[in-house]
Amino acid sequence: MAQVEIVDTADVKTQEMVLNMGPQHPSTHGVLRLEIGTDGEIVRWVRPHIGYLHRCFEKHAENLTYPQVIPFTDRMDYMASMNNNLGYVLGVERLMDIQVPERVEYIRVIVCELNRIASHLISFGTYGLDIGAFTPFLFAFRERERIFDMFEMTCGARMLYNYIWVGGVSHDLPDGFIEAATAFVDDFEKSIDEYNGILSGNKIFIERTANVGILPADMAINYNVTGPNLRGSGVKWDLRRDEPYSIYDRFEFDIPVGRGEMGTVGDCWDRYMVRIWEMEQSRRIVKQALQQIPKGNVHAAIPKQVRPPKGECYFRTETPKGELGVYVISDGTTKAYRVKVKSPCFVALSVLPELCKGAMIADVVAIIGSIDIVLGEVDR
Amino acid sequence: MQALAQYLIQTFGLPVPLSVLSPLLGFMGGVVVLTAIAVQAMYLIWLERKVAAHMQDRLGPMLVGGWHGWAQSLADGIKLLLKEDIVPAAADRPLFLLAPLVVFVGSFAAFVCLPFGDRVIISDLNVGIFYIIAVTSFVVIGIIMAGWGSNNKWALFGAMRSAAQIVSYEIPVGLSLLAAVMAAGSLSMQEIVAAQDGGIHRWFAFRNPFLFVAFVIYFLASLSEVNRTPFDIPEAESELVAGYHTEYSGMRFSFFFLAEYANMFAVAAIAATLFLGGWQAPWGGGAPIFGVIWVIAKAHFLVFVQMWLRWTLPRLRVDQLMYIGWKVLTPFAFACIVGTGAWMLVFKQG
Repeated sequence: MAQVEIVDTADVKTQEMVLNMGPQHPSTHGVLRLEIGTDGEIVRWVRPHIGYLHRCFEKHAENLTYPQVIPFTDRMDYMASMNNNLGYVLGVERLMDIQVPERVEYIRVIVCELNRIASHLISFGTYGLDIGAFTPFLFAFRERERIFDMFEMTCGARMLYNYIWVGGVSHDLPDGFIEAATAFVDDFEKSIDEYNGILSGNKIFIERTANVGILPADMAINYNVTGPNLRGSGVKWDLRRDEPYSIYDRFEFDIPVGRGEMGTVGDCWDRYMVRIWEMEQSRRIVKQALQQIPKGNVHAAIPKQVRPPKGECYFRTETPKGELGVYVISDGTTKAYRVKVKSPCFVALSVLPELCKGAMIADVVAIIGSIDIVLGEVDR
Repeated sequence: MQALAQYLIQTFGLPVPLSVLSPLLGFMGGVVVLTAIAVQAMYLIWLERKVAAHMQDRLGPMLVGGWHGWAQSLADGIKLLLKEDIVPAAADRPLFLLAPLVVFVGSFAAFVCLPFGDRVIISDLNVGIFYIIAVTSFVVIGIIMAGWGSNNKWALFGAMRSAAQIVSYEIPVGLSLLAAVMAAGSLSMQEIVAAQDGGIHRWFAFRNPFLFVAFVIYFLASLSEVNRTPFDIPEAESELVAGYHTEYSGMRFSFFFLAEYANMFAVAAIAATLFLGGWQAPWGGGAPIFGVIWVIAKAHFLVFVQMWLRWTLPRLRVDQLMYIGWKVLTPFAFACIVGTGAWMLVFKQG
């Protein structure tokens, strides 16, 4: 019998290649830098480096009056500025114990949910880009434009609105807004089918995302991951339902969670699909709110100068990216003593090294896209 | 060219020796072909942008040149010509400078054997298709030179992926072409076209089911050869920035770009020649001028399908790409060869 010589490869010296991904890389979703230890195409470890977009938001907030901080909150998660406005404003209102008029509550819900759709559309579109499909991105932008046109009608701005103010909103809804929004929510159902047709059900897309970057529910909870990333792992937790703020308890909507249809619960496909389902739920909320919205004033009777009494308040809201916590300490003057923001994206980024272990380079891109981070909010 | 030179001297009695006229004609022919292919590639770039735009509810370039932005590629070309040719300080200079030329030559040399009509072929080699497979693989050497010479990790990744990919997909390409060669009984491009004479039902793609599968396999594998979606992992922009040509700028970059589009047309023309009757009309035959139109129309249809796929599909991962190459396309290509052979034995025709 011929003897086959087996070559022992244990003493062959191979070297890890350290790869710098970003801060100028097409799919790090902003100025994120990842240090990646690679063994061929396999990723051994990932180390995220943040801070390239740090603008001292929290320090600025100490030197500005309460209303002046609102435009800065716009620039945290610039994909969903309305939701950031709302989180901060609700915190300040809780401190001052302000009741806003009914109409304001409805307007806030409508714009926030529309903005949630816009934010998820970007997430959907750029995820397509990450996986290599270009067309979904343009499809998503088509609908996002309509939402931005509506926001432009209300406050003149398309991305950074400064729309939700302490005790109200900056302007009432203009004539034609309700009609435009109703037309949009009616059309949007078909668009979601189109998205599912071009991307969600695509065989290659499923191959690329199912069973990739699995985030088990217990790990997600241990890391304090929130929002669609947590729900993608199968945990039914949504502040709009579990700790209703504003008037969310008046609407009927479901909390979609990942079910592991294409692979394992908590994989990239689940996180992606939860966002698609959430767009549908947001559409339902907007539709109900548009039907119920009452007439009335859009400013509560509050003093000219916002001067909360001495005290502190932590308020958390459900933004498209997850749980946005705003901690405000007031010393009784017109400027906050301290503002601290707990960012959902920062938390989601912290779980990235766990998800990327043993993945391939192409998977790292898929995983970053699936946790949907915005560096403006990570760095603030 | 020798034949043409001889013909000219005999007919018109030109007072030039054959040894002078033949290379001269060859040179002129080369210039004409090169220009035609470069213009064709620029046209395809414009077409790709238009196709992409219309699939995405956009209009694409509309301004430059007036009518639907027809001069956009020209303007881009001029811009690239005027740009600085940057060579990274740490690059391997000779390799870096040479690589675009190797890629360019590799993809343009294939056109020598492509028949555009009864006599419209630069050189009808008796091993035509073999020659084409050989020179198009040459491109990968240029890509590896570019990736290695750039001294950039992303470029290196792109080059390594490209090498693995092209080596893997050469096999299904070669095997599927072999099925058509078996049916024609020749490696010469003109004879392969001649074997498909007599109308659309005689084209190899529609001759028997095995050859049709071979056609599909060739088309898929050729997508990978020219780095098109869903097999565009060597330059996967969301992963590797720009792959092997990350560090290139100006005219050297545009050489890669032109080569890519020339290559797209080349593989489409090869598929049209081997499986779709080449320059013949669907009802058989093909006059000299119309032959050119037919082959270009068929190739363009396939190019359009390439673009269609690119703007619809996501990209595969590198291991999935290898899986499809080795475990799906290669066995099926083997089956096609066996099937075609059996068909020829049973039905006494190819």
